[in-house]
Amino acid sequence: MVATGVFSGFAKRKSFPRGVHPEYNKELSRDKSIKSVPLPAELIVPVQQHIGSAANPVVKPRDEVKLGQLIAESTGFVSAPIHSPVNGKVGPLTTVLSTVGKRVSAITIKPEGVSEEELNKQLGEYLHPVDNPRPISEIAPDQIVESAHNAGLVGLGGATFPTHVKLKVRPGSKIDTVILNGCECEPYLTADDRLMREAAKQIIRGFLLAIRAVGAERGVIGIEDNKPEAIESMREAIDGLDGVEIAICKTQYPMGGERQLIKAVLGRIVPTGGLPLDVGVVVINVGTAHSLANAVDKGKPLTHRVVTVTGLVNNPGNFLVPIGTPIGHLIECAGGLKSEARRVILGGPMMGVTVPDLSIPVTKGTSGITVLAEPSEVEKKELSCIRCARCVDHCPIRLNPTKIAHAAKFKDYELMKKYDLLACIECGCCAYVCPSKIPLVQYIKTGKFLLAKAKG
Amino acid sequence: MNDIGTESDKLRLIVESSPHLRDKKTTRGLMLDVIIALIPALIASVVFFRWNAIRVVGISLLACLLTEFIINFVRRRPNSLLDLSAIITAIIFAFSLPPGLPWYAIVLGGIVAIGVGKMLFGGLGQNIFNPAMVGRAFLMSAFPVLMTTWTPPADTGGYGHRHRYGSVDGKSVKVEVTTSATPLVRLKPGEKSRRLPRPIKLFIGNTCGSLGETSVLALLIGAVFLLIRGTIDWCIPAGMIGSAFVFGGVTYLLAPDKFVNPMFHLGAGALIFGAFFIATDLVTCPISKTGRWIFGIGCGVLTMFIRQFGTYPEGVMFSVLMMNALTPLIDRWTLQKPLGGHFRG
Repeated sequence: MVATGVFSGFAKRKSFPRGVHPEYNKELSRDKSIKSVPLPAELIVPVQQHIGSAANPVVKPRDEVKLGQLIAESTGFVSAPIHSPVNGKVGPLTTVLSTVGKRVSAITIKPEGVSEEELNKQLGEYLHPVDNPRPISEIAPDQIVESAHNAGLVGLGGATFPTHVKLKVRPGSKIDTVILNGCECEPYLTADDRLMREAAKQIIRGFLLAIRAVGAERGVIGIEDNKPEAIESMREAIDGLDGVEIAICKTQYPMGGERQLIKAVLGRIVPTGGLPLDVGVVVINVGTAHSLANAVDKGKPLTHRVVTVTGLVNNPGNFLVPIGTPIGHLIECAGGLKSEARRVILGGPMMGVTVPDLSIPVTKGTSGITVLAEPSEVEKKELSCIRCARCVDHCPIRLNPTKIAHAAKFKDYELMKKYDLLACIECGCCAYVCPSKIPLVQYIKTGKFLLAKAKG
Repeated sequence: MNDIGTESDKLRLIVESSPHLRDKKTTRGLMLDVIIALIPALIASVVFFRWNAIRVVGISLLACLLTEFIINFVRRRPNSLLDLSAIITAIIFAFSLPPGLPWYAIVLGGIVAIGVGKMLFGGLGQNIFNPAMVGRAFLMSAFPVLMTTWTPPADTGGYGHRHRYGSVDGKSVKVEVTTSATPLVRLKPGEKSRRLPRPIKLFIGNTCGSLGETSVLALLIGAVFLLIRGTIDWCIPAGMIGSAFVFGGVTYLLAPDKFVNPMFHLGAGALIFGAFFIATDLVTCPISKTGRWIFGIGCGVLTMFIRQFGTYPEGVMFSVLMMNALTPLIDRWTLQKPLGGHFRG
């Protein structure tokens, strides 16, 4: 139904209404293959790297830990355990600033020295599938969910929602389609692109496991058309598989937002405040699918992830990074900061979070580190709204950002609710197009915070 | 200084809210687009009305810019002239005036346009009514005669009445005391001259009328530029011109002896000027697409209603002002539902 002409080469590219087309600048790192990085002097592993309750540390300072050993256990259904990314010795507990601005406790680990060959061996093992994996039909759905939970798997696209929660079908609900999200619509980032080009087989393996786990009959792979090599490599990997197809999507931001992707690929609309499963869909990121295969086939917990380091660094690239690596170390691995660098962003430039210093570690949700210069004087100066309606015309959720921001600015709780402030996905299209350079997302985030506080 | 983020001392990293990329379009850029789009009509007005065009636009610019500057100065607000919006108001206001209007009327109108129409509401973005039209409406009620005294174009080509009085005090002096009726006035009952200009004249703009409204050709060149640049939304001009044409067409079909061909209405008066440059004022039109359609159609229908059934020959100004007043209501009616419905809980 959906992708009937895909293989003909004349398929209509999938799209959703509105959105924006920023400068992507992906060419900085898109042709750099995934490399391993030398270990830093110290890793800082936060106990909360996911949505839900924080994990509980099970190691003490001066304990010896092995790569993949459990260091903090899951504390409920919506939670995820944390594993040691290296062989080493646990140092003192500390706290770090999380991406939402809260201080969370973290376990420090001093790694043992590892040779370069060993690191490259790890990289090879990480990327590629095992030789003779068990046939998927022999693996029980519950077993897949359990493996995901034990591996501490969370959504690697950035939202960090625990994967086992997503894959555990609630009684009474039915999932018919799983969408594999290979859009990577954030400008600059190329981690998913590289993974699709270098490890398509392992991604598809994870994708099939996810389809099996939720009992769906169909799988659709959404990839933006600015990644022709990834499309080709994924197409090869699904050759001969039934029920799995590729949907080529327009290069349009935020195509990778799950609501937009579901709308573009299936034409279904996720209700406000609801989840994709309300319309019978589960969306997983390509990185998550890849790690799911590692978890099920190799019993490997989530201890590493691919991170793009790009922008104003001397040697942009894509790296396989142990979780807990301070971003300062990673930036050194990418040749260090250029002199104009003034903003270091965890994630891409549209939804990423700027960091105040470089000691902050890479976590499970860090898909990239984008380094930008200081914003221009024009960009820094907020002018009054001229009601040009550009924000309204580009909002993919069809909100009225200028009115919401105005309500939030003046703390008008009723008006914030009336304009559906909570439906905002914070994609940033509104602030991106605003000619008056009003930080609309900042006002909206403040409004969400105020509403949450008022609720108690 | 930097009012978005704070800076960390050690590395001097900037912390700010996402998104960290911004589109290149600025408010000033949008205003500049409109000014550029007005240039063809400005050239046309100089060609047709010569010195008067330069005089009216010049006085209007001076009056508007000075008013904004002084009000900001008195209120100790930052100077806002650099956002260029006052220049647009000044040009559009000037374009809506009869070419022969005396200087004091232009100055008064300019002061009212910027002072009352814009600054009194709080400056750019806060005003409810189109400032240029506020200034013009003020002049219409303060100087009704001056505002309906039309100087024909310099080269009338046998159209209009042009008198040259030579030899004053023994010297040969050119004194032009010429008046004529605009094409729309000629439609009104009781008007002596019912001779309508040929369509090509309406299109080129060599007719009687307000300074900048006469040349459909020049206005369309500017309009195409604005549409290509995405500065204005096509819904409003399409709604306004389309509905005016349909309204004129239906009345013409029903009573061809009483009304004229609707094509005439498109070319005459300020319809084209209003549809692309006045009604599309970002600040005073609705925010949603549906709202903009309603707004455009409302402007077109009201304009034609006034032209065909009202006392005034022209209705663009009143229709735009009336729809401006309705804009908050239209915005409320056309509030879009979020993609997945309203948020519950």
